[in-house]
Amino acid sequence: MRKATLKVFRGDKNGGDYTKYEVPVEEGMVVLDAIHYIQAKDAPDLAVRWNCKAAKCGSCSAEVNGKPSLMCKTRMDRFEDGEEIQVQPVKTFPIIKDLVTDVSWNYEVNKKIKGFSPPQDDNEWIIYQEDIDRVQEFRKCIECFLCQDVCHVLRDHDRKDAFMGPRFLVRTAGLEMHPKDTANRMKYLKDEGHIGFCNITKCCSEVCPEDIHITDNAIIPLKERVVDEFYDPVAKIFKSIFGGKK
Amino acid sequence: MANYETHEHDVIVVGAGGAGLRAAIEVSAQGLSVGLVCKSLLGKAHTVMAEGGIAAALANVDPQDGWQTHFRDTMRGGKMLNNWRMAQLHAQEAPDRVRELERWGAVFDRTKDGRILQRAFGGHKWKRLCHVGDRTGLEMIRTLQDQGVHQGITVYMECTISKLLKDGDKISGAFGYFREDGRYVLFKTKAVVLATGGVGKIYSVTSNSWEYTSDGQGLAYEAGADLIDMEFVQFHPTGMVWPPGVRGLLVTEGVRGEGGILRNSKGERFMFKYLPEATKNDYAATEEEAKEWVEATIHGKKSEARRPPELSTRDNVARAIYIENKEGRGSPHGGVFLDISYQDSERVKKKLPSMYHQFKELADVDITEGPMEVGPTCHYIMGGIRVEADSAQTRVPGLFAAGECAGGMHGSNRLGGNSLSDLVVFGRRAGLGASTYAKSVSGQPSINDSDINLAIEELEAPFNREGKNPYDVAKHMNSIMDAYVGIFREQKDMETGVAKLEELKKDVANVAVKGGKAYNPGWHLCRDLKNMMVAAEAIARSALSRPESRGAHSRLDFPDTDNGKWSTVNTSVYKDGDEMKLEHTPLPVMPDELKELFEEKEKAHA
Repeated sequence: MRKATLKVFRGDKNGGDYTKYEVPVEEGMVVLDAIHYIQAKDAPDLAVRWNCKAAKCGSCSAEVNGKPSLMCKTRMDRFEDGEEIQVQPVKTFPIIKDLVTDVSWNYEVNKKIKGFSPPQDDNEWIIYQEDIDRVQEFRKCIECFLCQDVCHVLRDHDRKDAFMGPRFLVRTAGLEMHPKDTANRMKYLKDEGHIGFCNITKCCSEVCPEDIHITDNAIIPLKERVVDEFYDPVAKIFKSIFGGKK
Repeated sequence: MANYETHEHDVIVVGAGGAGLRAAIEVSAQGLSVGLVCKSLLGKAHTVMAEGGIAAALANVDPQDGWQTHFRDTMRGGKMLNNWRMAQLHAQEAPDRVRELERWGAVFDRTKDGRILQRAFGGHKWKRLCHVGDRTGLEMIRTLQDQGVHQGITVYMECTISKLLKDGDKISGAFGYFREDGRYVLFKTKAVVLATGGVGKIYSVTSNSWEYTSDGQGLAYEAGADLIDMEFVQFHPTGMVWPPGVRGLLVTEGVRGEGGILRNSKGERFMFKYLPEATKNDYAATEEEAKEWVEATIHGKKSEARRPPELSTRDNVARAIYIENKEGRGSPHGGVFLDISYQDSERVKKKLPSMYHQFKELADVDITEGPMEVGPTCHYIMGGIRVEADSAQTRVPGLFAAGECAGGMHGSNRLGGNSLSDLVVFGRRAGLGASTYAKSVSGQPSINDSDINLAIEELEAPFNREGKNPYDVAKHMNSIMDAYVGIFREQKDMETGVAKLEELKKDVANVAVKGGKAYNPGWHLCRDLKNMMVAAEAIARSALSRPESRGAHSRLDFPDTDNGKWSTVNTSVYKDGDEMKLEHTPLPVMPDELKELFEEKEKAHA
């Protein structure tokens, strides 16, 4: 049976190093299987998050040979024979142990977004499929936070103090574009989420395992709405006379 | 003695899947303080894996539907062993829970006239499953998660409960540890809602993740509750079988709901010959009729054609696939072929997007071009903690249970789509029941220090002894359950299984682990194994005690369903000292007005 060598980061916030493990490779095996093999045979204390093993829960995010990936979707036959496979935790979030990082910041950001705000009526909602196709695209998000991991505002500039990141722009877009939502989150996007920090390099879209067009379909339309609301002089005059929507 | 931190809430909910989240939302809505404790990050629970839909008789697509038919389908699917009152409440309340999800932000697929779309599923007479492509569970959990977060629920993520604490016979707290650093935590509370899900990890081929280690069942059993119907374990007929790395991964029943066809290696559409006499008339008699039904479904047209035989109940389809293999007509890797590729490929990608990606990326199979290879995988347990139907309370005062870890609702076999609805119907009821109970408790029940000391000793022990690797012990348990208490069962096998589990208990009690307490999965598994053992033993002993075949319990030595004694009793297990005691308790008696629903059905067939 073919064998693969994995170099897995072992350590915590005080530092650490890569440990090499040999793993037999079965057909169709993914990196997460290899990590489980190591856990069961060599290192029961190897820390890793996972749940569904089917790319539906977004738990097993890591950087495999430097590429932010879901380990459950990264097949072992993608690598050359003899190639060492390096597995390390995602860089943007503080390490807890081995491959597990502290992603609690994301949950804090989520809390600040104004939730779904429908009208208080009792009628059956008639909503046409074509009006929710886009919203459904955003709601495919599995919260793997890989988009947050690669976003250079968060990764390189560490501006978690200011920028909400692509994941939460997608969530906001899903709310704003919902046909029944009545809230307006533009001021929040501009002043607290700092949507302006995004300079549309599209790294987030490239890494999304759900193929959500984060930049084109969520962020750019939101940027346009913010611009319309706060920077369009004609609209400003119009609104001051006739009052604004929402 | 080790330190621990303390939190206090009126109600503690253990588990943050659909049932736990819905329960916590309800407690919070009742104006009480709630703590939601979950082993994973919020939003990762197994509900996320549910694909096909949530069953509710909205009658948007098939106007003939109503709660009575949903109730009848559920009872018949469970081979009449269900708690009738749970099945009734479920069928009556599911539509309101779906509308509530929509009001909270869930975005269901729509009919042409803008209403919530519903699809066909196994065992449901009408098109009844509200869905979002094949990721309905994700939609549901995200909706509940956001609703809960904005309602201000306190969530304790990556936290495992290892012991329920009592003041006399009443619940007074829950003790556990945080996975992150292994620090201990005491939750003082008046009521606990268990919503921990299933037990799939006791079998080797399962669609369940590491979390499904029978935690709620184990905790409740230790606290004095009884478990019922544990012999009924659902093997989902369609799991992936190849390649080995993905063996057991779920292939949604939605594939069959959209017209997927099952064939054996000879190309035969074998499900026609496995339809039970009792329900045969509900299914298409010929390939032509099945085809007409699929055409009508795709184009949203009315048709008299009956549904395809692939939409038989899960127990039946799983057995059929097993037999096809045993008789040499299986696919190369021990499954059968499931084909949807005869349909328009864009439609398949739109209706079953995650199946398309799952096969494309993990198995190099394009499901719009050719068939999938599928076979049974351990998916769900019908049995669980016995609860009172209306309040979801167990026989332990202050202890409630909802969702998969509770028993009774599904009888001997669950219909697809009835799990998501179960979660929200009984999640809400458990939250309400726990709130009512907590309000009636005056003052904070007391915590016994010696119980905490025992809980800490139990958790520390694996570091302080020599013993087996917990992963090896889990694997051994899997092999025993696979070999002796699997899909088909026989007395001597199950006796061997029970004896081997008895031996394995020593290993479970003595597992050892190295390393520290910070995020140490081996250490976590040491405690989880004890819960798994409760489920394994309960399943094996309950199965051995039922000399008939019913629903998901298939006996080679008793192939027939008994219309006498065994149609009137549940199997119940409970803890008595260090022993597991078993008894058969009478089913609750269905009132006459509900019984009539079944008589009408039979008349219609005559």
